[in-house]
Amino acid sequence: MAAESIGTSTHWTRHVVRHAGFAGGVLALIVVVALLAPLISPYDPIAQPDIIGLKNAAPSFVHPFGTDSFSRDVLSRCIYGARVSLSVAGLATVIAVTLGTLYGAIAGYAGGVIDAVMMRFVDAALAIPRVLLLIAILALWNGLPLWLLVVVLGVTGWFGLSRMVRAQVLSLRELDFVAAARAVGASSPRILIRHILPNVVPTIIVAATLGIGHVIILEAGLSYLGLGVQPPSASWGSIIQDGADQVGSAWWISLFPGLLIVTTAIACNALGDALHAAFDPRHTTGAMAELDS
Amino acid sequence: MNNMKSDAPLLEVSRLSKSFSSHRGLSRKKAADIRAVNDVSFSIARGETLGVVGESGCGKTTMGRSILRLLEPTAGKVEFGGVDVLGLRGAALRSMRRRMQIVFQDPFSSLNPRMTVGAAVREGILIHQLAHGRDADQRVKVLFEEVGLDPAYVSRYPHEFSGGQRQRIGVARALSVEPEMIVCDEPVSALDVSVQAQVINLLQDLQRDRGLTYLFIAHDLSVVQHIADRVAVMYLGRIVEIASSKDLYSDPIMPYTQALLSAVPRPEPGRQTARIVLQGEPPSPANPPPGCVFYPRCHHPRKDEACTQIIPPLEEKTPGHFAACIKEPPRTVELLMLAAQAAR
Amino acid sequence: MSESLLRVNDLRTYFHDAGAIARAVDGVSFDVARGETVAVVGESGSGKSVTALSILRLIRNPGRIEAGSSILFEGREMLGLSEKEMRDIRGNRIAMIFQEPMSALNPVLTVGEQIAEVVRVHTDASRHEAWERAVEMLALTGMSDPRERATAYPHEMSGGMRQRVMIAMALVLRPALLIADEPTTALDVTIQAQILELLQKLQEQLGMAVLLITHDLGVVAEVADRVVVMYGGEVVERATVTELFDSPQHPYTEGLMNAMPRLDQKTARLTTIPGIVPPSTSWPGGCRFRDRCAYAWERCEMEHPPLYAVGENHESRCHLAIEPDRRQSPHEPLAARAGAHQ
Ligand SMILES: Nc1ncnc2c1ncn2[C@@H]1O[C@H](COP(=O)(O)OP(=O)(O)O)[C@@H](O)[C@H]1O
Ligand SMILES: Nc1ncnc2c1ncn2[C@@H]1O[C@H](COP(=O)(O)OP(=O)(O)O)[C@@H](O)[C@H]1O
Ligand SMILES: [Mg+2]
Ligand SMILES: [Mg+2]
Repeated sequence: MAAESIGTSTHWTRHVVRHAGFAGGVLALIVVVALLAPLISPYDPIAQPDIIGLKNAAPSFVHPFGTDSFSRDVLSRCIYGARVSLSVAGLATVIAVTLGTLYGAIAGYAGGVIDAVMMRFVDAALAIPRVLLLIAILALWNGLPLWLLVVVLGVTGWFGLSRMVRAQVLSLRELDFVAAARAVGASSPRILIRHILPNVVPTIIVAATLGIGHVIILEAGLSYLGLGVQPPSASWGSIIQDGADQVGSAWWISLFPGLLIVTTAIACNALGDALHAAFDPRHTTGAMAELDS
Repeated sequence: MNNMKSDAPLLEVSRLSKSFSSHRGLSRKKAADIRAVNDVSFSIARGETLGVVGESGCGKTTMGRSILRLLEPTAGKVEFGGVDVLGLRGAALRSMRRRMQIVFQDPFSSLNPRMTVGAAVREGILIHQLAHGRDADQRVKVLFEEVGLDPAYVSRYPHEFSGGQRQRIGVARALSVEPEMIVCDEPVSALDVSVQAQVINLLQDLQRDRGLTYLFIAHDLSVVQHIADRVAVMYLGRIVEIASSKDLYSDPIMPYTQALLSAVPRPEPGRQTARIVLQGEPPSPANPPPGCVFYPRCHHPRKDEACTQIIPPLEEKTPGHFAACIKEPPRTVELLMLAAQAAR
Repeated sequence: MSESLLRVNDLRTYFHDAGAIARAVDGVSFDVARGETVAVVGESGSGKSVTALSILRLIRNPGRIEAGSSILFEGREMLGLSEKEMRDIRGNRIAMIFQEPMSALNPVLTVGEQIAEVVRVHTDASRHEAWERAVEMLALTGMSDPRERATAYPHEMSGGMRQRVMIAMALVLRPALLIADEPTTALDVTIQAQILELLQKLQEQLGMAVLLITHDLGVVAEVADRVVVMYGGEVVERATVTELFDSPQHPYTEGLMNAMPRLDQKTARLTTIPGIVPPSTSWPGGCRFRDRCAYAWERCEMEHPPLYAVGENHESRCHLAIEPDRRQSPHEPLAARAGAHQ
């Protein structure tokens, strides 16, 4: 009805929705598999039925992903590993997003010296490569509990997001609708929560989606180095580690979890990009409506 | 309209100034302050419309927002209904906000894209506890009717509306808290003429029905003439002339006002207006010229050194007609000669 | 119209967007003689900018100039030209300036370089000659110390200065036609007066024709020789400027004139045109203005009005031309009744 909305390309919208739909579908499938692990997993992931006879068995009809050097079924381990990988990444991202949003929103809304000080800290934190930071922290522990790994991954992962949130808040708070809210007597917390943050949500969702993919890879890397998930828990990363010294003879142990990591990460990125495009104000009109419904 | 005016002014602004400092964050490097509003005084009677005109950047928006405490003035005094607005804090300030509202220029940025338009209008009602639940919803619908919008639209989002409709929503939001005065900051500048006329008529109807007082900011002189009882002309942060609409348009005193008026294109083909085309552009408010701020561009035939020595005070030249010029106003003949000279 | 420089005939520019077709420009005809100023007026969304862009063939996908349209410039059919031939014309024989000069200027080049670039693209001037012409052109636009200004970047200039730069860039090759799309809309009145005066002065000096797009009838009255009023992608009225202001024939033109507050006559209440311009994907059948019109009757619903001749060099797309008595019985327009809510 409004003349302004006519430019929206519905063709383009459909393209994005399909793209996002496919990536989202892949992710949803992986999540469902992880949730239903006890029901669909063909074997017990830590059972060692025949350490000699079934050691490093190649993929076959009964063991589609083969077995490892303890005769454990790699498919079952991957299914259970999905639980660990996804929940570590998911929870760490929740922590990171919460911290980043709060920190960024406060800095952006307060402005002035508070903002400047807070952002200098972020600049400093961003100057240290995250992997090095993580290795330095994790090396302090021997046999790190899983929850601590989640916390450490979360606490080191919010700097970039806080910057994005802060930049958005900074420009949003100058807009007239914020002045209008103040003019009718809205308090600062109310303005932040009701007016500013809802407009930052798209950024947060996109950042979170991209962040999950990133943390999955990061956790896999750490687990591969022996710094991440500790036995008997196994993430995709630690399964790769199990097969690492036999890649030549028993490639399947590392290949399948590796493929899963890559697939999940790509799906996260694709979904993040698609969401990013969908939230772009130039296209919002149609795309958002379809995503909302 | 006229019978609602009483003598005690509703709004009294004295010596209001607002500067923006240009250093940022932690760096202490300081450039000259931008003196966006500089020592401005005026008052508005209840039920009156004071128009404010001037070119972009002259400080109209800053002045409007400083009065509403959406910006903190650097100096001066604002009294509304006898209350010292600048001294208010916390709850007292918030309840004062009920009495003075604002309608914005930009129909796009003035509405939260992620809030339904009904919620936007309801917000003030809830904050000030004017109504709750169903009653509040009902009030919103009545307001929609009042500004000429279909009440069924309350659950829609801003992007579904045209520019004119959004301005109506902005007006409804301002009315939601039952204010006495509304600062209209170029409410029709972004609209097409036909829609502009609709919104102007709406604002006039509301003023008549509710006894509202308007501070009406615009850069379009014809619009201001149409709607205002009195008009203030701003230049580089200062009010340089203020008078009844009739006097100001028929008998402008400040050379700047004369130039501004003569620059307006008239919809009368063939009428060669005697036009004073101002040279150059207004100087930067960070670095205003000494004395009369208009001096460098002034065409007054008798302007001289004296103009750069003192800042001309706003003086009452004829009853109710104030101008900030230390010279006798140029006579019409002189202006015609000037225009003729310029044409050659 | 002995010597027509530009002749636009039955121009149709549609945007084909998944299913919906936006008929932005829908059968527009007018011409521009050498040296004259023709104004195109109408509210936003009436198709003015698309018309201008079509003349320069700057319409991009999904927009298309439909078959049957014709644009003759200096006697040549432009719709048949190759892209390369069009590039020779753009900026050279026909130049264009826009409302927002900032977005039309390159932020990383000095304004002098940008003007010189135009010269170098179209002529075989040397770098030095091109620069000199740029400086000379800036001087023509009334800039003080043009040699120094030429080395400034666009962001270092005010809106009025940038518009002067745009004008210098457009006119440096002495085009036969300048298309100016709302050149003063973003400017203050005093700066607008400067720019309009400058355009008129340069037009006289260089003898070019100007197609001026604007929504401001005051500007039209001041600079135009002839006027084309657009509504709903069509020309609804065409006349000389004095004819148009003395006796507007189309109710839309009349509405525009009455809706405008005027400095010289104080009215208690403005006349409005109720409703808004409908979207170009769904023009109403019959007369496109009928829902907002105070005279509309059955005929306006059934029959799409042609451009009736209503005087010498004066045409109006309104059935009132053949049923003038209807003027005696105005009523409340449909748009005012159906939606007090528009
Ligand atoms: N937040 C701000 N920070 C710095 N300068 C500002 C700010 N807001 C306005 N200004 C400056 O103050 C002057 C007056 O601006 P404004 O009140 O917006 O003028 P107007 O509404 O008359 O166009 C301008 O020079 C503008 O650049
Ligand atoms: N790229 C585009 N895609 C779809 N529709 C367009 C596009 N550009 C313009 N239009 C439509 O064409 C119509 C006329 O637009 P325009 O020529 O810009 O109007 P004006 O310049 O008179 O304000 C509008 O309804 C607009 O929505
Ligand atoms: Mg302003
Ligand atoms: Mg346009």
